[in-house]
Amino acid sequence: MGEIVLNIENAGKSRAALQVLDGVSLNAATGQRIALLGHNGAGKSTLMKAVLGLTPLSAGRISVAGSAPGSAAARAATAYLPEAVAFHKSLTGREQLTLFARLADCPVAQVAGYLDRVGLSEAADRRIGTYSKGMRQRLGLAQVLLGRPKLALLDEPTSGLDPISRHELYAIIDEMAELGTAVLIASHTLTEVEARTDRIAILRAGRLVADDTLENLTLRAGLPTRLRIRANGDAAGRIVDATGGTRVNGMSVDLLCAPERKMTELRRLSAMGDVVADIEMHPPRLEDLYRHYSTGENH
Amino acid sequence: MIRRILAVAMIEATITRRNRWLLMATVIMVLFAVALTLAGSAPTGTLGVNMLTVSVASMTTLSVYLAPLLALMMAFDSIAGEAERGGLGLLLSYPVSRAEILLGKFVAHLSALAFAMIVGFGVAGGLAAVQGGVDAASLVALVRLILTSILLGAAFLALGYMLSALAGSATGAAGLSAGLWMVFVVLYDLGLLGAVVFDAGGWFTQTLFPWALAANPADAFRLWNVAASDGVAMATGLSGAASALPDWVAPTSLLLWPVLALLLARYFFERLEP
Ligand SMILES: Nc1ncnc2c1ncn2[C@@H]1O[C@H](COP(=O)(O)OP(=O)(O)OP(=O)(O)O)[C@@H](O)[C@H]1O
Ligand SMILES: [Mg+2]
Repeated sequence: MGEIVLNIENAGKSRAALQVLDGVSLNAATGQRIALLGHNGAGKSTLMKAVLGLTPLSAGRISVAGSAPGSAAARAATAYLPEAVAFHKSLTGREQLTLFARLADCPVAQVAGYLDRVGLSEAADRRIGTYSKGMRQRLGLAQVLLGRPKLALLDEPTSGLDPISRHELYAIIDEMAELGTAVLIASHTLTEVEARTDRIAILRAGRLVADDTLENLTLRAGLPTRLRIRANGDAAGRIVDATGGTRVNGMSVDLLCAPERKMTELRRLSAMGDVVADIEMHPPRLEDLYRHYSTGENH
Repeated sequence: MIRRILAVAMIEATITRRNRWLLMATVIMVLFAVALTLAGSAPTGTLGVNMLTVSVASMTTLSVYLAPLLALMMAFDSIAGEAERGGLGLLLSYPVSRAEILLGKFVAHLSALAFAMIVGFGVAGGLAAVQGGVDAASLVALVRLILTSILLGAAFLALGYMLSALAGSATGAAGLSAGLWMVFVVLYDLGLLGAVVFDAGGWFTQTLFPWALAANPADAFRLWNVAASDGVAMATGLSGAASALPDWVAPTSLLLWPVLALLLARYFFERLEP
């Protein structure tokens, strides 16, 4: 594993009576892509703002590339895509990006290349006021690429993007990670996160309830596999009696079973003969995993 | 540091040009200045001063209202609006300090304001010159009017940033700015006037009143222009208060206000959580 770029230790933030962040510890090493999941209001954006030094913490400490959040060194090492980017309407995309390049101390000549990279070269000299939401989001992404940051904080980067653009976005994120940027992505789109990140961190009401690879989270959750059993004729009642499942529509029965009980149940069902017409297996999806960790439900 | 201030200033200057602020401010200044110069050309003979002097006197009165108004209108949205749109958080994720952002905006807005003042008052001066009512003293008064108007604008720009930083929203900042303008430009004078009338020539009127007047940047602006030019003083009738003060007071007040207000703006900007 690479060098630790972001180190969050016991971060806490209270706002009035509300504990927005509570004892959050999280590390990110170079080249890692980490998904930050959690319900609305769980504290994802607040955590990012704390890392940027925009929001002071009430407890714990954060270091970005060895410096305090908000210090010049930390800011130079960090790129940020806010959850609702709004640039100045009367500027063109190129002018806006040129300002950021100047502030990031990145050669202004590279601006055109970055605009091209996010597919905005044609719209570069039009006013941002005329951009679509997705185009603004792309401009936001272009400024993340400036100056090869060590850490990129992306707050819901795919919001407003069409499916193709989402794909391109993740390709860009992969590219950044390959070049050594640690990328933290707050998101609600689980399917993308599932395929495109190395680690998943889940916040629940300000507490970090999970921080691991998808495989380990799946193992640890021990979520049941759902068997959907279709009955022959009106035998559904008998199956319910025999297995303790729940009847879904007149014909079928749903049965939840723990990973290690799965084969036993299948044997028992096949022993019931032609009462059973069909069995579909549904292993837990990321959505179930997410529900498990983010709500604290334990089925 | 200078590089980053200039980067912000360049962008703000572009915005000021694009959203026609510059054009609007300049047109307003030209219209008012020309109207006052032409209107002032009638009674010239009776006062025994030339045309430009009269015009500078009436433009001084105009500038007391207009310079703070234009400055506040330019400034009120600049921090609160950007915080609301989410752009401020992004900007602050770059290695640029809040003081640099503030100074960058200030440089751009003040340049726009200065441009409008120079063009507006310059056109009025040219008009008076064409009509033949100009001498060296009145030209000096005109230059002084332009420079002090820019200073007055600078003070209110910075006050506008301060309100913008502490208001929490652009609409809130607009309301506070309107209130600030009323207080400094209208209510303050009314209050002092009331006190003078009530005091009936006593200690307050003799000693405190001129200083209290000079403490307000808008009045300091007036006093400076009046005290420095006999002609303007005659035409505005403010010479009493002006002569009661040492010469340095009004200029010092007007020069200190932009600095003080910028420091205040910075203080509140630092405390703002975007
Ligand atoms: N400026 C603020 N003042 C007061 N409370 C705030 C502020 N910003 C956030 N909060 C509160 O902090 C909590 C966490 O908010 P945050 O924006 O971090 O959530 P989030 O996980 O990003 O949610 P979402 O998925 O909706 O973006 C919420 O309860 C919110 O109301
Ligand atoms: Mg959020």
